Parts: sequence; C-alpha cells; structure tokens
Amino acid sequence: MTIIKKLVALLSLSFFLTSNSSAVESQDPIKLTLHDWTGQHITTNIMAEVLKEAGYNIELIQADYIAQFAGLQTGDLHVAMEMWETTGRDAIDEYTPDGRVVNVGSTGMDAIEEWWYPSYMKEECPGLPNWEALNECAEAFSTMETAPMGRYLGGPVTWGGFDDERVEALNLDWEVVHAGTDAALFAELEAAYQRQDPIMLWVYAPHWAPSKYEGEFVDFPAYTTECYTDPSWGINPNSAYDCGKPRGPIWKIASSKLKEKWPGAYDAVEAFNINNDEMGQMVAEVDLDGRSLEDVVADWMSSNSSRWQTWIK
Amino acid sequence: MKNQILSFRNYKNISLLLLAITILASIYGKTVLKNLDLSWAIKYPKKLVFPFKSHISSFMKWLIESANFGLFTFNDLTRAISWTIELPYDFVLSLIAKGFFQGQGSQAILLLSPISWIAIVCLMTILALKLKDKGLAILTFFSFSYLAVFGQWESSMVTIASIFIAVPFGVLIGLSAGILCYKSVRAYKIINPILNLMQTMPVFAYLVPVLVLFGFGPVSALIATIIYALPPMVHTSHLGLKSINPSTIEAGLMCGCNNRQLLWRVEIPSALSSIKVGINQVIMLSFNMVIIASMIGAGGLGYDVLTSLRKLDIGGGVEAGLAIVILAIVLDRMSNVFIGSQKKYEKKDSNFFYKNIHLIIVIILIFITYLAGNFFDIIKNYPENLMISTSGFWEQSIKHININYYDQLEITKYFILKYFMLPIKKFFLSIPWPWFIFIFTLLGWYYGKFKLAFLNLSLLLFILINGLWMKAMVTIYLCGASVILACLIGIPLGIWGGLNSRANKILLSITDTLQTLPSFVYLIPVVMLFRVGDFTAMLAVILYSLAPAVKYTIHGIKNVNPEVIDAGIANGCNKRQLLFNIRLPLAIPEILLGINQTIMLALSMLVITALVGTRELGQEVYIALTKADIGRGLVAGLCVAFIAIIADSTIKSASKKLKDKYGFK
Repeated sequence: MTIIKKLVALLSLSFFLTSNSSAVESQDPIKLTLHDWTGQHITTNIMAEVLKEAGYNIELIQADYIAQFAGLQTGDLHVAMEMWETTGRDAIDEYTPDGRVVNVGSTGMDAIEEWWYPSYMKEECPGLPNWEALNECAEAFSTMETAPMGRYLGGPVTWGGFDDERVEALNLDWEVVHAGTDAALFAELEAAYQRQDPIMLWVYAPHWAPSKYEGEFVDFPAYTTECYTDPSWGINPNSAYDCGKPRGPIWKIASSKLKEKWPGAYDAVEAFNINNDEMGQMVAEVDLDGRSLEDVVADWMSSNSSRWQTWIK
Repeated sequence: MKNQILSFRNYKNISLLLLAITILASIYGKTVLKNLDLSWAIKYPKKLVFPFKSHISSFMKWLIESANFGLFTFNDLTRAISWTIELPYDFVLSLIAKGFFQGQGSQAILLLSPISWIAIVCLMTILALKLKDKGLAILTFFSFSYLAVFGQWESSMVTIASIFIAVPFGVLIGLSAGILCYKSVRAYKIINPILNLMQTMPVFAYLVPVLVLFGFGPVSALIATIIYALPPMVHTSHLGLKSINPSTIEAGLMCGCNNRQLLWRVEIPSALSSIKVGINQVIMLSFNMVIIASMIGAGGLGYDVLTSLRKLDIGGGVEAGLAIVILAIVLDRMSNVFIGSQKKYEKKDSNFFYKNIHLIIVIILIFITYLAGNFFDIIKNYPENLMISTSGFWEQSIKHININYYDQLEITKYFILKYFMLPIKKFFLSIPWPWFIFIFTLLGWYYGKFKLAFLNLSLLLFILINGLWMKAMVTIYLCGASVILACLIGIPLGIWGGLNSRANKILLSITDTLQTLPSFVYLIPVVMLFRVGDFTAMLAVILYSLAPAVKYTIHGIKNVNPEVIDAGIANGCNKRQLLFNIRLPLAIPEILLGINQTIMLALSMLVITALVGTRELGQEVYIALTKADIGRGLVAGLCVAFIAIIADSTIKSASKKLKDKYGFK
C-alpha cells in the first residue's frame, strides 16, 4: 500500500515538474480551510486533489467556521469549501459587501435541517411525518421532566433555527431543549436509538446520522421568506415562523486574492460540483465504516475523472 | 473579652436575620415588588444596559486595521511575535513529528524524516533513568510504548512539540514578570490584578481576539496556552524571591555584587526551588489546554479527542484522552524530579563521564534508527497491524449501561433535579438584584472592610449594567449546586485519605487522572446516559472539580501539628474524638481553601458545559466564540472572572479571619 502511495507521489511529482508547473499562475500555496466535520473535510480534500492535478500548490489549514472570515478577508486564507446557507448567511452578508470575500457559488449540495424522528416512533404516532400529528403524539415524545409536553432536542443556540418561535406559532405542545454542540445532539440520538426510546431532534443533512439511523424529517408547511418576515402569512395569522426551516445551498467562499493571483484555480473552485447523495455516501464510508478519508477521496477521484477534468479544462 | 463575645453573638444574630430576609425575598420578592411597581428590581431594564461589548469590538477593529506606531502597525507587531514563536515550533515539530521539507504546501519534498519512535522511546526512558530511578524509567517506557501501540504516536508528538515550545516561553515570560514584581512594588500592583484575570477568565473568551491578532494556525493556539499557563509561574517565582532570607542577600552585597550579579548569582539560585514548582505548574496547565488549543488549530491529541467524539467514537476519544493523561503524568513526574534534584547540581562534574555515555548512546541510536528507517518502514512508523484498540470495549460498556440501567439512572436524576437543583435555581433566580448586591457588599465589609466591600460592589455592578444578571445567577446556581455535591463527596473522601495512607495513594491517582483527562471525554458518555441538560452539566462539573476538595482535605488532616494530637491522646481522646474535636477543626482553614479551589475549577468548567446546552455565562462566551464576536465574549468572560474573584477574595478573607480566631500563623 505504502509503496503504491510513494510511487503515485513520485509519478505525480515528476508530472508536475515536467508538464504542469509552468502552466499555473503562481507556485505559492493556495490555502484551503478545514473545519470540524467529516463532510467538509471530504469536499475540501477533493478540491485540493483536483487543484493539485492542475499543478497548483495546496495547503490545508484548520480554521474555525466563522472566525475564518477574518483570515479570508486579509488574504491569509483563500478558500472555504462549505458555507451553509442555513448557518452561514449572516457571516456571508457581513463579509462579502466590500469585495474582499467572494461567494463563488453553490457546491451543488443542499442543506436540509429539520425536526427528525427514528422510524420506530411511527408505530406510536402513525400520523407522522405530517406536522399536524405532533400534538396528538406529544405525550409519546415526553420525558419525566417535560411531561405532558413533548420533548424536542434543538440544535445549539448558535445555529439559530427559530424552534422556540415555531413551537409558539404552530401552537405545539412541545418543549424545546437546546443541545450545546452537535456531538451532544447525536450522542442523545445514539443512546435513544440503542434503547429504542422516543426522541425527536434537529438533524441535518448531508451528515452520517440519516444514513446510520432509519428515520424521517417532519413535514412542516414549506418555508418561504414571507413566512419568516410576515406574520399574516401562513396558518397562524398573528405570528411569523409558522412553517418549516429553510433549505438552501452550501456555498463556496473565497478570498478576492484567489481570483487575482490564481484565476485558473478560481475557475476550478467555481466549477466544483457534487450532490447530496454522493456526499452522504462518502461521509458514511468514513464515519461509519471507518475507511480512511484519503482512500475514500482517492476512490472518488478515480471514478469521476471525466467530471473533474472539465473543472480544470 | 466579654465585649468580644458579645459582638460575636450579635454578628451571629444579624447574619441569621439577613439569611431569613434573603430567603423571604427570594420567595415573595417577585410578587411584592411587582405589586409595588418596582419590577426593575427583579429584571434589570434593557434600556439601561451599557453597550460595553460593542465598544470593545470596535476598539479591537481599530487595533487590527488602523493602529499604527509610526514605523510599523500593531498588526505587524503581533505578526512578528507569532513569527518568533512559529520558528522554533516548526523546528521541533519537524524534528519529532513531521520531518523536514523543502518547499511549501503540497509540493514540498521530504528532506529528512522525523526521529524514529524507537529512538524517542529509548531517549525518554534513559532520561527518566538518569533523572530518578528504574521505577520512573519503567513507567516512561510503558507510557511511550502505549502511545505507539495504541496508534497515538504522531498526534502525541505534535502535542509534545507544542508543550515543548509553550513551556519555555511561559517560564521565561513568567520568570521575568516575577522578577519585575519582586523588584518594583508598583509593577506588582499592576501585574497582580492582570494575573488574577488571566487565571479566572475562561479561555474561550480570549480565543477569538488571539486568533485575529496572531493569525490562524498552531501559533495562536500556542499563545492561548501560554496566556493560560503563565500566572502560576509569576506567582511562585515572585513568592520564592520574596521569601529569600535577607541575610543571604546581605552576604551577596557584602561580597560586592552589583545588581545584575546579585540577581543571577544570589537571588535566583536561592529561589530556585519555588521557580521549579512554577515550571511544573506551567507544564500541567499546558496539558489542560490541549483540547481547547486544538479547537483553533493546534492539532495533536486534542484534535483526535474532538473528532472521535463528534463521530461518537467513544473508545477513540478515551484512548486519545488517556494518552494526554499519560504524557502529563510522565512529564509531571520528571519535572518533579527536577524540583527535588537540587543537591545533584553540585556533583555534576564528578558525573561528567557517566553522563556523556548516555548522551552518546542516544545520539548513536538516533543516527542508526534514521539510517535503518530508510530501509525498514517499521522503524520509521509503528506498524498499523500491530496496533491495539479498545474502542469496542468502551462502546459496549456504555451501551450495556444505557440499555440495562437507564430507568434507575433516570429516576435518580429526577429526584436530584426536583429536590435539590431546581429549588436552588429558583432561590438564586428570584432574589431581587439590589438585595443580592447589598448582601455581598455587606459580606465583603464584614470580612475585608472597605476594600473588599468596594470590590464586591463594583464587580457585581459591572455584571448588572452589562445586562448579564440572570445568566450570572444561573452560573452561580449551577456552580453552587455542583460545589455543594463535590464537597459532600470530596471532603469525606479526603478525611478517609488523610487517615489512611493506602486510601490516600488511590485517591491521589484518581484525582490526578480526573484533572488531566480532557473533560470532553466523559462529557459525551454522560450525555448519552443522562440526556442534555443541567443535570448532565452538573455531573461533569463535579467530576472535574472534585480533586481540590479531596486533596486539600487530605493535606489539612495530615498536617495537623503532631503535638496537638499527642496532647489530645494524652487527654484520653478516642479516635472519633480525635478526628471530630481536634483534626477536623484544625483542618478547617485548609478545607476552606480546598472549597475555594473547587469553586474556581467549577467556574472554569462551566464554560465547557455550555457544550451540552446549559444557559449561563459560559453559553454566552461560547456563542460569542462561534460568532467571532470579540466584545461579547470578553464581557461575558469578564463576568465569569468577576464571580470567581468575588468568591475567591471573600473566602480567602473568611479563612484568614478563622485562622486569626484559632490563633494559626
């Protein structure tokens, strides 16, 4: 295995030296940021591999999801591969207007965030996934502390999501409990799933959880911008947030330095495209089957070569 | 005499009265005040909140973007500092973990591979043997082998590299600050409160400013580690220098030392043992920071703990966490030997040849393993197929408990919540704030006169005008409930350990492990068994803050003056009387200090429990961190620090007053 790796490395090295190194604009490393979830590592590594194939010099840097914007602004960092519409909108709006940080477009993946329950709960509550069944089954989802109200485990407060407002607006007999991190969120899911106990919680995709556990998202009235801004819209005429959570693209973000210094790389980042199913599959392979991330990315690269070849032309 | 007793009784009556009023105020305050149209005393009006945080944020923005010293900008200055730290760090990292490369990024070419794991294991073992004895050598050998066998090698080396850089910087800066404090009282007056803030301010609060100032990557993590680990170094070196026997200094002066000679030849060598205690503290605290540093790019073992727990790979988290514990224990033992080895210092010359032999062996070993590593991969990297993992075991245990004992756990939790935690919560949340501030100002006045009263008053007002009163009360409730339980568990254990030396040993190793094991490791299993919520947070806080309650009690019970005990025995005390009438009362000041430390640790842990969803100041700090809001984080962090400072200074004054009363010195 290692010998093959070395050979590949040597081959690609000679490849750079002979053909490609003169083709790219600058040999300074392009810095891509890594955050703390597997899916983002996969997207970033795929992008990195593709850029390497094009002859660029790449460096991967660990950086915080929101704090990285300061680095993108100064040009210390160059590319952030996943900025979710659902969680990153505020930061995008704050940093893009002066042009030092650029939104390079969608990755092709769509973020889903919604109330989610394991399939075995359908026996207790056959009305699901329709949201109108939530009140009938509130008691089935209750715990000692919340009874008779249902217990919904929301995401960390920093994720926003307006679940407290949603419960109010839709007049649900539910209590919202906020987890502090997503590790805590999925720890509870894992524990409840082991016991086959009732649980309703915030799950997002692409993530390994929807592929590991069988379950569904609740169907709320579909989101529109008016629903969040205009109280008269929707089922409850007196309040906003009487609908589900917005779904939206996962964006690619770059520093303006990228386009100035490596226009070719910018085009490749812009062309990068992948979909939810592919991503969910790869995330599950890494997080659930324990395969190494490098192997999974290498597999994707070899089976999709015609696709990424067009990104770098 | 009579007068004194009288005034003491009066105080007792008054304090009982105040307590009664407080309880009444907490129960009926809300309704009464509402009826009197004074609801601002329950909830501080939003209109009066002072926008302190936005001022801080805009100041930071100015600092980074426009501050200029003429020749260079503020930003240049901070970047120069990060460069100074980055240079040696990169060197050590390359030497033991990554290898030396030419070029940048993915096109870099490996020039020199890092030192082989075999060489490092031998190096550390020989070092341990030389420093102390076979026992430590064996411990070191097995510990470092653990790292290789459990597949933690590379991450451990990254962690060691960062400790290796953070510690000298922390020691150097701390020592110079300590000397400065010693030489100038004015400097001490300025530095001391800053140190108190550094020690009590949650790390999360200054992570973002550090990131923004010093750039992304491991350097910022190193700087945060240095900030966190520095204060005890200043304190101990200052204390050591201050307590030098004046006749020693006079002797130096009589021999004609100038100022510099006096410092380096006389004062520092005399204070060496305290300085070494400081070094040991810096090492231990640096290990405490491993997890948090990895959140901002330090990598290493902390990062492994975080990523495995995100995948709910509890076993992986435990293994990486234990690797941190093991490294901390080995380095702690080694640095402790340094502390005790002052006498060897003089014999150095006679052992010169003996010392050289070991050095030569190590150099040859590094060289041979390097050469051999080019031919045999096993010498370069510990083979993957020989690695062991206990992952499955941990997961199965948690699953077993989860499935079979969940109902019992749930009922226990329900009772503790309903009859212990919720009443405390209600009590604190419904005391009207003017009364709360009044009580603490009074308490300050009673124990520490005007100075402490003023301190308590102004710090509490700061919390109030920043609009964080309610969150501060939740913080106090969670911290209070945890500290009460931690003391109820810890003090009896400590008494047991103080009386029984075998129990003492066991207890010390358990508390050491609990203190160095990253709290994140047990936070997630606790969530699985008890769900998200205050109870889970409290359990995690108790586990973390138990150690000082146990340790200080042991110390207090053991160190009672033996003459007093002899006197007790001579007077015919039985064992029970000896404990309850002599040992315990005499150990109370020490136990109080232990409780004080427990409160400090509980407060620092609260910020981490925000990760399991508590709604207090820690959460405020955490939200600010994820939103990169510098002002908000610093203000909330200051509030946590202030609560700690109030508790600390009040308890210390109380302990002093008690000591005076019992005639301790």
